Amino acid sequence: MIVAVPAPVDEAAPPAPVLELIDVVKEYPGDPPVVALGSVSLRIDQGELVAIVGPSGSGKSTLLHVIGTLERPTRGVVRVAGEDTSTMSDTQLSGLRARRLGFVFQQFFLLDGLSVLDNVADGLLYRGGHIAERRRLAEAAIERVGLDHRVDHRPNQLSGGEQQRTAIARALAGRPALVMADEPTGNLDSATGASLLELLRELHREGTTIVLITHDLDVAAAMQRRVEIRDGRIVGDTRTGS
Amino acid sequence: MIRGPARDGSGSRLSRRDLLRVGSLGLRNRRLRASLSVLGISIGIAAIVGVLGISQSSKSGLLNELGRLGNLLTVGPSSTAFGQPTELPTTAEGMASRVGPVTNVTEIGAISNIYVYRSSLVPANDTLGISLTATDATFPATLGASVAHGTFLNAATARYPAVVLGAEAASLLGINNLTNPTQVWIGGHWFTVVGILNPVQLVSQMDSMAFIGFPIAEHDFGFDGHPTGLYLRSVPSQVNEVAAVLPPTVNPANPSVVAVNFPSDILKAELVTKGAYNGLLLGLGAIALLVGGVGIANVMVISVLERRSEIGLRRALGASRRHVAQQFLVEALLLSVVGGVAGTVIGALATVVYAISQHQLVQIPDLALYGGVGAALATGAIAGLYPSMRAARLSPTEALRAV
Repeated sequence: MIVAVPAPVDEAAPPAPVLELIDVVKEYPGDPPVVALGSVSLRIDQGELVAIVGPSGSGKSTLLHVIGTLERPTRGVVRVAGEDTSTMSDTQLSGLRARRLGFVFQQFFLLDGLSVLDNVADGLLYRGGHIAERRRLAEAAIERVGLDHRVDHRPNQLSGGEQQRTAIARALAGRPALVMADEPTGNLDSATGASLLELLRELHREGTTIVLITHDLDVAAAMQRRVEIRDGRIVGDTRTGS
Repeated sequence: MIRGPARDGSGSRLSRRDLLRVGSLGLRNRRLRASLSVLGISIGIAAIVGVLGISQSSKSGLLNELGRLGNLLTVGPSSTAFGQPTELPTTAEGMASRVGPVTNVTEIGAISNIYVYRSSLVPANDTLGISLTATDATFPATLGASVAHGTFLNAATARYPAVVLGAEAASLLGINNLTNPTQVWIGGHWFTVVGILNPVQLVSQMDSMAFIGFPIAEHDFGFDGHPTGLYLRSVPSQVNEVAAVLPPTVNPANPSVVAVNFPSDILKAELVTKGAYNGLLLGLGAIALLVGGVGIANVMVISVLERRSEIGLRRALGASRRHVAQQFLVEALLLSVVGGVAGTVIGALATVVYAISQHQLVQIPDLALYGGVGAALATGAIAGLYPSMRAARLSPTEALRAV
């Protein structure tokens, strides 16, 4: 159940694309070097719901890491919310992740020692600001993913679906320009997975820009736009009206 | 410092309060492990603080005593080269008192085989270990003894059956005060207790003795007039010179059978021994601290390995390398500070308990208090440095892959 909350539109962002990759190459050292991404160009606009789909080993995880600025490309330009990341220091990149990007992982990665509320509030930790303010924003995000009755629970008291909803709330709490979900349904049964995808679609309808990485063609088929990747190259980019 | 979510494009930030909260997370979630590594540090610090405190307390007690004992000398008969017992001449006291720098002389004469009983009905072999000694009115001044009840012997009471009891002797006999006239049974005669001494700090064997005058000792017990010991005080700067001339002075006929002792020698030896033990114990404390530090380093390395995914997550949430390093460094510092404070408190308590049980002044050097916590902090910083650098260097993608 999603409670109506103002759409997470980043007022500061111009009508420019949320994400722009231009001729991005990622190689890992070796002899010969392993090419994980070979010249990828991709543009994602605000409000899109994009699936990046490909078999394992296709380079989609590397692509996600490059988009998420967790890894720097060997060559090429990555612009997040209009900012060129190639010249940024580690602290600046970290700041970019703290403010502009939200991550959802297959393994949830919740901290056992913290309540749902504090796990979600930690999504805002590295922006600074007062803890009371962070908790207030966290509460709103928890409400959006429909977990308000679980605020004080520990992650190990939650079902898999609830844990992933908590992780989504953590990614959403700061109203990032882009939410990246890496196989978010990979550890969930199909019914729970389906309701989670429905949640992502609802968040998208409310204006959140979401990139979802999956190897599951059925999951990808439910998305508005599908970018197919194989051997480190984009081999297809299709849209259906949502 | 209330700030809304920062909207400028600058780097990620982590306030000190949040850093403390994040840094203590690992400890709160792994209490047993945290308390065990805290224990290691606190044992080391407690040992160091305790050793410094206890040695300082007992040293100051000893130095005090040494100051008061410094110019006290004892003279006694020693045996001949063939093992024959000897006596001091009856003239010993008078001779010694004529040595220029000697300020006080007191002779004592142990009366053997005569004991002090509470009454004539006490069986003869219940001696309570109280020995009878003849002495004179100069005794309190020379030995620094003071009278708790009554008076010491004087020229008059020395001639009559009057006795002064040492502190321990009095308590063994059950005589706590002299509000009622009290008599004790000594060698077939009733003696009136005229005084009870406070404990004699300098020469504690006096506490279990009973003192009577020389005239009555000669009259009742056939004391032969040969003192069994002399206690002397000299001008402090001349102690060694006095000691050198004493044997020929007290026994001109046979100086070699006179033994001169400095009671302070025993204390000096004690001080030296204590110092030697201190070095050893401090060394052990330092080793315990080192082992505690290695323990913290070990726990931190394991913690970094175990929490790779947390590190990856935090990097994804916007933690910079510095924030990750700070988090683990703060965790190590918290462990060591808790250990240091606990250790200092334990060490200080041990010192207090020891000093009180030894009737000493409680003295803990400030250096031990600050130094204890400081040493713990330094240990934690060194121990935490490598693991936190490792955590910071971990690439986020690598950390996120590790599950």
